Amino acid sequence: MIRVVLPHHLRALARVNGEVQLAVESPVTLRAVLDALEARYPALRGTIRDHGTLTRRPFVRFFACKEDLSLEPPETPLPNAVASGEEPFLIVGAMAGG
Amino acid sequence: MSNIRVLVGTKKGAFILTADGRRKHWQVSGPHFAGWEIYHVKGSPVAPDRIYASQTSGWFGQIIQRSDDGGKTWNTPGSSPEELKSPDGFPKGESNKFAYAGKVGTHKWYDGTQHPWEFKRVWHIEPSLTDPDTAYAGVEDAAIFKTTDGGKTWQELAGLRQAKGHLWQPGAGGMAVHTILLDPKNPKRIYIAISAGGCFRSDDGGKTWKPITRGLKSPHELPDPDAEVGHCVHRIALHPSRPDVLFMQKHWDVMRTDNAGEQWQEVSGNLPSDFGFPIDVHAHEPETIFVVPIKSDSEHYPPDGKLRVYRSRTGGNEWEPLTKGLPQKDCYVNVLRDAMAVDSLEPCGVYFGTTGGQVYGSANGGNSWNAIVRDLPAVLSVEVQVLP
Repeated sequence: MIRVVLPHHLRALARVNGEVQLAVESPVTLRAVLDALEARYPALRGTIRDHGTLTRRPFVRFFACKEDLSLEPPETPLPNAVASGEEPFLIVGAMAGG
Repeated sequence: MSNIRVLVGTKKGAFILTADGRRKHWQVSGPHFAGWEIYHVKGSPVAPDRIYASQTSGWFGQIIQRSDDGGKTWNTPGSSPEELKSPDGFPKGESNKFAYAGKVGTHKWYDGTQHPWEFKRVWHIEPSLTDPDTAYAGVEDAAIFKTTDGGKTWQELAGLRQAKGHLWQPGAGGMAVHTILLDPKNPKRIYIAISAGGCFRSDDGGKTWKPITRGLKSPHELPDPDAEVGHCVHRIALHPSRPDVLFMQKHWDVMRTDNAGEQWQEVSGNLPSDFGFPIDVHAHEPETIFVVPIKSDSEHYPPDGKLRVYRSRTGGNEWEPLTKGLPQKDCYVNVLRDAMAVDSLEPCGVYFGTTGGQVYGSANGGNSWNAIVRDLPAVLSVEVQVLP
């Protein structure tokens, strides 16, 4: 199972506490994880990626295994540690403000 | 006895204020959607427990929320299990999808060049006067959308942007449809206002639109002060018994029209400043109107540090300050365009919220005021419902 950590506001919107666990078929890519997340929690559609273009919203970041994957293409495979469930995939609200 | 429910949108959540018809003792619930900007919350006139809310965030974009029990519980429309799947098996989750129709097109940008329309947020939701599942959304960048399925999906009424949309230009606060007025006597007629596009009317249910700006003058904002579009209209209001008479708070100037916007006249009269944001009409007296003068476009607070609502009982020109219960020194809050409302009890109740987080109410048509709450986040919008 893929472990996903959502930021506070998206946890509230999806009505979940703690990590989300998703079944994602191989290859486990950025797009596959986000597709699975939105399929399970439709209220999150449009909040992480644009509805039409599926591009990442500007103030959302994707971290995994201490790497920033935000600028990677959607077909990028996630690290093995994420695919195996050893490490979580983090969706983060970017720092903004002073 | 009737009950009152005041719906307050703020920079950090929504609040619901309730009282009985005496309007003396209030309960406060909230924050709902804590931490999110709530631009507007409004109930259906025909099903008051059906309430729509616009929830937005610079990080996570637009959310539409709907309550069917008077604000006790909320859902993003279309998110119940039976509603989740589209015919191809993919979840819908489209209650926050505001896609401009057809070719997106461009409008005038700050530097005078053309700039593509980009959806940012919903400023105002206006529920239908007859159908709880139908509502209109005024959005930034300026356009109007309509739902007929309770907010599950939204379709643009794209004819509005054909009304010289390429000449509309954002002001400092953006470029948004912030006011939508539905004519209670003519279901085909809709009025909308845009900062800084102007004022428009549709007589065919929103298919086509025309500017209604004759008589508006903006000598300090526009190269052609009499331009057909581009005026910074802050708010318009009407009394349901007389929907051809509109009142307007423009960037500068308070205006009225007696012929559905074909010609406007200035009625600023003896106001200490004719700059301001909200304007509203007394529930039982169509010639009684309320504004909150603000010092200037450069100084968005009341003149002389005195928070004064001004009331005209003559449809404009002759104004009286209403000060009892309002701070008369050292007050430097603003009252935003969607942050005033009236109730239909007798006597008429008047409510407004400030950027300092106070919501003031008057249970006697503005003669005296009390702070219902004092320390909310900055108030973006105020609506009121009278419940049986």
